[in-house]
Amino acid sequence: MADEPMTTSTPSESKSTLKLMSKSMYAKEAALRNLFLLCATAAVAGVALIFLFVGVRGWPIIQDPGLGAFLFGKVWSSSTDQFGILPLVTGTLVITIGALLLGAPLAVGTAVFLSEIASPRVRSVVRPAVELLAGVPSVVYGFFGLIILRPIIANLTGGLGFGPLTAAIILAVMIVPTIATLTEDALGSVVPGIREASYAMGATTWQTIYKVLLPAASVGIIDAIILGMGRAVGETMAVVMVAGNAPQFFQGLGEPVSTLTSQIVIDMSYASGTHRTALFGMAVILFLISMGLVALVRVISNRKKEG
Amino acid sequence: MMHVSADVREDTTRPRADKISVKDLDFYYGDFQALTGITVGIKERGVTAFIGPSGCGKSTFLRCFNRMNDLIPGTKVDGTILVDGEDIYAPGVDPVDLRRRVGMIFQQPNPFPMSIYDNVAFGPRLHGVTKKPELDEIVERSLERANLWKEVKEILPRGGLTLSGGQQQRLCIARVLAVEPDIMLMDEPCSAIDPTSVQKIEDLMDELKDRITIIIVTHNMQQAARVSDETAFFLQEKTGQPAEMVEFGRTAEIFTSPKDRRTEDYITGRFG
Amino acid sequence: MNKRTANRLALSVLWLCAGTTVAVLGAVIIYVFVNGIGQLSPEFIFTWPHGVNAEGGIWPTIVSTLYVTGLAMLIVTPIGVLAAVFLAEYAVQGRLVRIIRFAADSLASVPSIIMGLFGLALFVETMHIGFSMISAALALSFLMLPIVMRTTEEAIRAVPKYIRWGSYGLGASKWQTVSRIVIPAAMPRILTGLILATGRAVGETAVVIFTMGQAINLPISPLDSGRPMTVHLYMLAMEGINLPAAYGTALLLMIMILFFNLTARWLLRRNRRMQG
Repeated sequence: MADEPMTTSTPSESKSTLKLMSKSMYAKEAALRNLFLLCATAAVAGVALIFLFVGVRGWPIIQDPGLGAFLFGKVWSSSTDQFGILPLVTGTLVITIGALLLGAPLAVGTAVFLSEIASPRVRSVVRPAVELLAGVPSVVYGFFGLIILRPIIANLTGGLGFGPLTAAIILAVMIVPTIATLTEDALGSVVPGIREASYAMGATTWQTIYKVLLPAASVGIIDAIILGMGRAVGETMAVVMVAGNAPQFFQGLGEPVSTLTSQIVIDMSYASGTHRTALFGMAVILFLISMGLVALVRVISNRKKEG
Repeated sequence: MMHVSADVREDTTRPRADKISVKDLDFYYGDFQALTGITVGIKERGVTAFIGPSGCGKSTFLRCFNRMNDLIPGTKVDGTILVDGEDIYAPGVDPVDLRRRVGMIFQQPNPFPMSIYDNVAFGPRLHGVTKKPELDEIVERSLERANLWKEVKEILPRGGLTLSGGQQQRLCIARVLAVEPDIMLMDEPCSAIDPTSVQKIEDLMDELKDRITIIIVTHNMQQAARVSDETAFFLQEKTGQPAEMVEFGRTAEIFTSPKDRRTEDYITGRFG
Repeated sequence: MNKRTANRLALSVLWLCAGTTVAVLGAVIIYVFVNGIGQLSPEFIFTWPHGVNAEGGIWPTIVSTLYVTGLAMLIVTPIGVLAAVFLAEYAVQGRLVRIIRFAADSLASVPSIIMGLFGLALFVETMHIGFSMISAALALSFLMLPIVMRTTEEAIRAVPKYIRWGSYGLGASKWQTVSRIVIPAAMPRILTGLILATGRAVGETAVVIFTMGQAINLPISPLDSGRPMTVHLYMLAMEGINLPAAYGTALLLMIMILFFNLTARWLLRRNRRMQG
């Protein structure tokens, strides 16, 4: 050590003074911070712009034909200039409920399987499959539904196979990844130790899952299902391709219906005047539904944190 | 305050002045007061150990010296800390510049996810050294001073994270030495590494203290007794109350004839 | 029913759930592959469609898809990554951050058809850009923004705190720490997120159908219109014309998406291995 070049004097003799903050350095740091903040507010700007530009075009629907006639009107017919969306809302509701009834148990079951039962090897097959399922474009699901599933359903229900059942099955598959991934997260964040405690008391795997884990993760699972529901309500292309797109009330599992989203796609290319306004009005309602579901999830999660 | 004794550690003829003077220091995390009324002088060219039970605020105190606590929102410091006679909390003082002069080693060895060479060159590069020969020299010198050069000189381009835990900690020391600090803060530097490596780091501290003022926070009282010249004992008497410095003095005295009853209880293992 | 039997029964049901999920994926992939593979040829990929039934290839739609995806990622990557840097490194918990997060979550849940109408209203009509690559890319980038923000923020948060301390302890400023230590350390995961977002953009239909136009065209300038693969597949399928071409398009789409997914996985695994 002694032969090293001594570059520093002994500390007590060093009289290097503390530097004051350099203005340019701090101006640069602050400028960067503000730039990043600006980028982050892009998300807020996005929501505001959507409201503004979709809202402005949908707004006149309140005057003509009026909010009541729009929301609760029973007839959607462009040839007679009647734009009541009740049949479309019903269609969305029926298909969404159907998709949840089929998809939610499948997704929660898959998540429980992944988190509690699967060996690492099996998991390494199933988990990528779930993730890939999320990556398949909705138009491919629609295509699959149209060509493969529809004829099968047609045999079951009669008719052409376009309708709520086909749409619900396809949507069920599409919401599985959303619900399964979030449910698995919820199960993963269950306090460590209570699994072991349950097993130690002689519970079987199923009793542990059913009596301990599912209740402990219930809030997370409800959140997952709500977000899956949001996905189902908003899904468009796959539904357009299999629902039949007849703006009529639900008449049977195999009878064509239409939904808020699918009617927008079908009509948008030629709609004008009040018809077009009504389509933008439907978009606003869809937006409010999806934001409402996000807010609901927040409320539920916050209550859990407090409780 | 000058202790002139026949201690074996007395290896310098010059009297040791205070490097850091702390006066009436209070520290707050939001509304919670963590430290109260600390007044102490830390001597240059030596090792000062902070001991005490966990949660007694010794790490918090240590982090005041390089203003790392500034990174936690809502913290507040009252009182003064002078380094070489200058108030480091004076308005306008740049904490970033202060940290170049007051290096810090953490409990968890924390090499950056980059090569060994780049780890050591990181600090000098930050401060404007760009020429390769100059950087090479700094890297070699710093690794040598950290007693790591022989082990890594063939593998400088390899990732810092590929080293063993003890080597990683010495790499972090080399990284700090590369910016030539005159104070080095060590926050339980040996609690996450194996015993053989601990020995190497303690030897290293002994070599470094000739030129650098070292402050070490440790849980291990044997370690404090082995490596330090002065020792400060911290205690938080009741949960929710601020911690204070109970006693400060030469290590030999603290461990053999503590003045305060609470220090004695702690050292003899009656609590903590 | 005793508890052993109940257990066995319940576990078989769970196996069945997972099995169904995998089987559905397998069915979709196999079906698309089996039917589409015969269609794939250099001619199909590199020539134009022609005739009333869209015989021939799909080259312009491939170019349109890649064009709009690339453009959208170019727009969204800097904004999304820097927004995530703000949320992960700079933001102090407070009202502003709560609003930003709620907005990002809302944006993430906006049905893509609404994003399509929004793009139509703002970019195509109000700003008079018309049906074009850039209109579609802008609308698409709003859809991608929350995805890029979330994956990047997660990647940044996964960088251990004490590595940041090491950098601050050496006298690095916040930006120096973020740019030289945190972002490089998070880079593999950030890239993974970006690649997955790209895959998502490739498969998007409802956004682009009303912003890019539907006429077949080979886009050169960002102001050109075009028809992406997804819209092409939709139209072929709905009109029931030229199903072989629909299968071929679907297969190419799936191959592209598989490619992005597998690349992302590979990158993540390689990174995990390197970090020991």
